[in-house]
Amino acid sequence: MSNKYRKVAYYPGCALEGGASSYNRSTKEVGKKLGLELVELENWNCCGAMEVKNADPKLQTFLSARNLKIAEDMGFDTVMSPCNGCYHNLKKAEYDLAHDEASRETVKKLAHRAKTEPYQAGKVETIHALDWIRDAIGTDELRKQVRNSLKGLKVANYYGCMYTRPRHIFPEKDQGGANSDSTYRPHFMDDLLAAAGAENVEYPLKTACCGGAHTLSDSDTSTRLVLNLLTTAEACGAEVIATECPTCHQGLEMHQARAEKVFGKKTKVKMLYFTQLLGMALGLSARQVGVHENLSDSRSLLKEKGLG
Amino acid sequence: MPTPLDFAASIQTMSSIELDQNSAQIRSMLLDTGNAILESWIVAHDERPTQDTHEGFRLLGLHRQAARNDPSFNACRESCRELIYQCNVAKIEENPENAARHLRLAASVLSHLALFIDGKLENARLGEFCCSARPIRSRDAAFELAYDTNHQQGDTS
Repeated sequence: MSNKYRKVAYYPGCALEGGASSYNRSTKEVGKKLGLELVELENWNCCGAMEVKNADPKLQTFLSARNLKIAEDMGFDTVMSPCNGCYHNLKKAEYDLAHDEASRETVKKLAHRAKTEPYQAGKVETIHALDWIRDAIGTDELRKQVRNSLKGLKVANYYGCMYTRPRHIFPEKDQGGANSDSTYRPHFMDDLLAAAGAENVEYPLKTACCGGAHTLSDSDTSTRLVLNLLTTAEACGAEVIATECPTCHQGLEMHQARAEKVFGKKTKVKMLYFTQLLGMALGLSARQVGVHENLSDSRSLLKEKGLG
Repeated sequence: MPTPLDFAASIQTMSSIELDQNSAQIRSMLLDTGNAILESWIVAHDERPTQDTHEGFRLLGLHRQAARNDPSFNACRESCRELIYQCNVAKIEENPENAARHLRLAASVLSHLALFIDGKLENARLGEFCCSARPIRSRDAAFELAYDTNHQQGDTS
């Protein structure tokens, strides 16, 4: 076990305080169980997500940069975000501030108006919850700490699109070797869940679009995309789709129900956050990791597998 | 010209017997369908689909063309590469059952590609939410402005 990332700033983001509260709960519980410390950013704000970014990308850069500045002011050089959207936006702000003078100028002006100091690129590293657990604990140590193996549970690991795209804002990825994740075929979640005993299936749609951006404007498209993700996971033999993005997770859950209602297509595969699966493998109860808060009811499957 | 949704429907109705054959014809049909799906996006943007290849595949050449000036189109880059990967593995796989499994995975990926691009086309018409729709919205706004200006000047052509 390394000392890297043992105590990091925590940026949950809006989704984890709302529909993805079980992801928030399970992330914190897993951290506690593994002896890792999370210190939530004080007075954090929205990362700018999709809406602000579409309306004004530079404003999104400022919003994310403000969160990075808060982490720096709290004395941290690392901030961990479990949400793919937040993670992506903080990484993008870091990249833009390092490479684009116009972004630096805008952030400076907006920070001045907000009566704060502007964030300077290179002060704080943004990591995902996958990086956090994998680098702070490692798969060997995790394997030793497993109390209730996920053995026999067939899992399709689904990363969504924002964990790896666009590639240029993730310079640490694609470096080759097991310690650098791949933008084409990410494997960090696979590694962690395999260490917890899960049987990962080959899933060819790991980074394919979940239709999250279409959900309100064109629900049928989202439902069709999700249905294809679900039926493919089932065709690959998966009982569970492990997720690490609240937008994807909630989209899969909602459109699974909608696919049955609108298209008459029923699928049985369950959705669980990877932190929920890890938590149960570490000996936490299904309730402690918030399984009851998910829309997709996986309790009978977990009971059957001895994980409930 | 068939829409991506038409392609998705035909892929989904492919029988497992067809995919079990693992013939060069089936592999080629899967890749050609991928090309046709990307062409539909390019043609809808008043461009001529390229015949160029990238890394030996026209599918990747078409993807590069479609993604030019539209970074969000990269969201299907990995689907294109995965389609090629699954077809390649099927080609060299000696065990017929494994080969058929890879072709079925290729068909799932192809289906996703069709649905994704159909969604983007749909969104382009709606002109909301998806960042890929922005250039089309701008073009539409410019057209409307030109129309209004001409209309105010009494030009009804």
